Amino acid sequence: MSNHTTAIEVAGMTKSYADNAVLRGIDLTVPSGTVYALLGPNGAGKTTMVRVLTTLIAADGGEARVAGFDVRREPDAVRRSIGVTGQFSAIDELLTGRENLQLMADLHHLPRSQGRARAQELLERFGLVDAAERSASTYSGGMKRRLDLAMTLVASPRLIFLDEPSTGLDPRSRRDLWQIIRELVDDGVTIFLTTQYLEEADDLADTVGVLDGGRLVAEGTPAELKRRVPGGRVDVTYADPAGLAVAAGAIDGAVADEEALVLRVPHDGTLDALQRLVARLDNDAVTGLEVRTPDLDDVFLALTGHATPDTEIRETEEVAR
Amino acid sequence: MSATATTTTAAGPDALRDSWTMLRRNLLQMVRYKSLTLMLIGQPLVFLLLFVYVFGGTMGAGLPGGTDRSDYLVFIMPAIVVITIASVSLSTAYTIALDMEKGIVDRFRTMAIAKSAVLTGRVLGAIVLTFVAFVVVMAVAVLLGYRSDGTVLGWLGVVGLVLLMTFALTWLTVALGLSAPNAETASNTPMPLMFLPFLSSGFVPTDSMPGAIRWFADYQPFTPMINTLRAWMSGGGAGSDAWLAVGWSVLIAVLCYFWARGLYTKVRAS
Repeated sequence: MSNHTTAIEVAGMTKSYADNAVLRGIDLTVPSGTVYALLGPNGAGKTTMVRVLTTLIAADGGEARVAGFDVRREPDAVRRSIGVTGQFSAIDELLTGRENLQLMADLHHLPRSQGRARAQELLERFGLVDAAERSASTYSGGMKRRLDLAMTLVASPRLIFLDEPSTGLDPRSRRDLWQIIRELVDDGVTIFLTTQYLEEADDLADTVGVLDGGRLVAEGTPAELKRRVPGGRVDVTYADPAGLAVAAGAIDGAVADEEALVLRVPHDGTLDALQRLVARLDNDAVTGLEVRTPDLDDVFLALTGHATPDTEIRETEEVAR
Repeated sequence: MSATATTTTAAGPDALRDSWTMLRRNLLQMVRYKSLTLMLIGQPLVFLLLFVYVFGGTMGAGLPGGTDRSDYLVFIMPAIVVITIASVSLSTAYTIALDMEKGIVDRFRTMAIAKSAVLTGRVLGAIVLTFVAFVVVMAVAVLLGYRSDGTVLGWLGVVGLVLLMTFALTWLTVALGLSAPNAETASNTPMPLMFLPFLSSGFVPTDSMPGAIRWFADYQPFTPMINTLRAWMSGGGAGSDAWLAVGWSVLIAVLCYFWARGLYTKVRAS
């Protein structure tokens, strides 16, 4: 369907609720067939961004084209081109898994037999065959999420929006979900996702945009972003200041925190480097060791100069509603 | 692979098709949510039994020209029918608010389906359920000894008015459900609909009421509706009450349709 080389194009998008500016001029471009991850804490404006691009709400200013169509002037054309899985599960809990998928097939006007086949295919692909005839209210969180995504895929959209797809999932369900997303990408589907997890953006995305207070404060490949973040490090805790001072003099690039009795050693994340470091440590002097990888807090600290805002702040749609 | 998603448009015939799909969804929900469905049908039956067997003896004797509880059964059947309609429409406010609370309506809104289909499907579902409840209530009344002097034409009128009133009250409760901040509130705001039939000509003649209450009862919409049903169910003519009943229903339906549609699109724009 998509002859466009650009799946999403946003210029100068703004959106406010009352006095609260949620989006303050966003520009971004997502080439077809790529994965774009919008990374940011709660309240950064991620969900608002998704809601504007999926025609749920209108922006106050700026232009947005999705799948080649203007979001404001051609919402139905946009809707025909996209699939959306929102933050909250969008399934009918009174219906069975199969009936939910059949409902989507009917709303997409698939011929009856084709819809039935598509539902079966998706149930198999998402490991829901055994639960297909059970009402969705009995599903676990991970199963609901899978059904949610399966419903989005019924009409095989070429552009998919996923708003915090893995929030609330256990680690295993999260891995399963990532695998599904990777398969979609292999089929050439364009994906726009929002996430609070650096790991998720790193794992899935071609391009990561960091959203903070309604502004895109950084954009690049995960590797580019991580280069701008103070990388991982190893914190070595010492029993006394003397041991700490000796080690600080012996290890390159190490910084001693004398108050906490901790030696902070830059670390590139490889096992090799860790082994070399451990080999140089004096067993008797060290009381603890912790390997730290950069997380969202580090990214924010590096890119915005402040830590992630209080996570209690919720996205504003809930207030608006 | 994606051709199916691109060849459709959301105009004319698709609106019917999408409404039909939504109606099927709602009927399926009613079958699944048996406890709610049975409660909705059971509620008017409880009122029927209560009024006939607990109050009926005394009330029947107190009616002008009445002697016993069978007279009271005939007298209150129109009000029981109205309570049946109100009972089902109450649940519509709740279920529509529940839909809005969950993410599924947002999903529908990001799909190229006819905008009216979500609400229309809900209204059609309520009409089907009300009609089932109406038939059950009438059947139980017949078992209790209810006999009608109404003509075939009169009963056709009764069925027509019941459908029209259902249509009106359902659009009202759809709007109430959409305007409620959450499903709990939505299940409470339409409660007056259950209460208003008692302040009408439904259970006692209005001329037995004191001044202000009588004035209210005479002029509120349920009174001409109940009077019309009562006339047609007993083989008489309803006169101006029929026009008032139809007029109120159409007025409520039209106003609430636009109110509901406004709310539905407003939430979308927020």
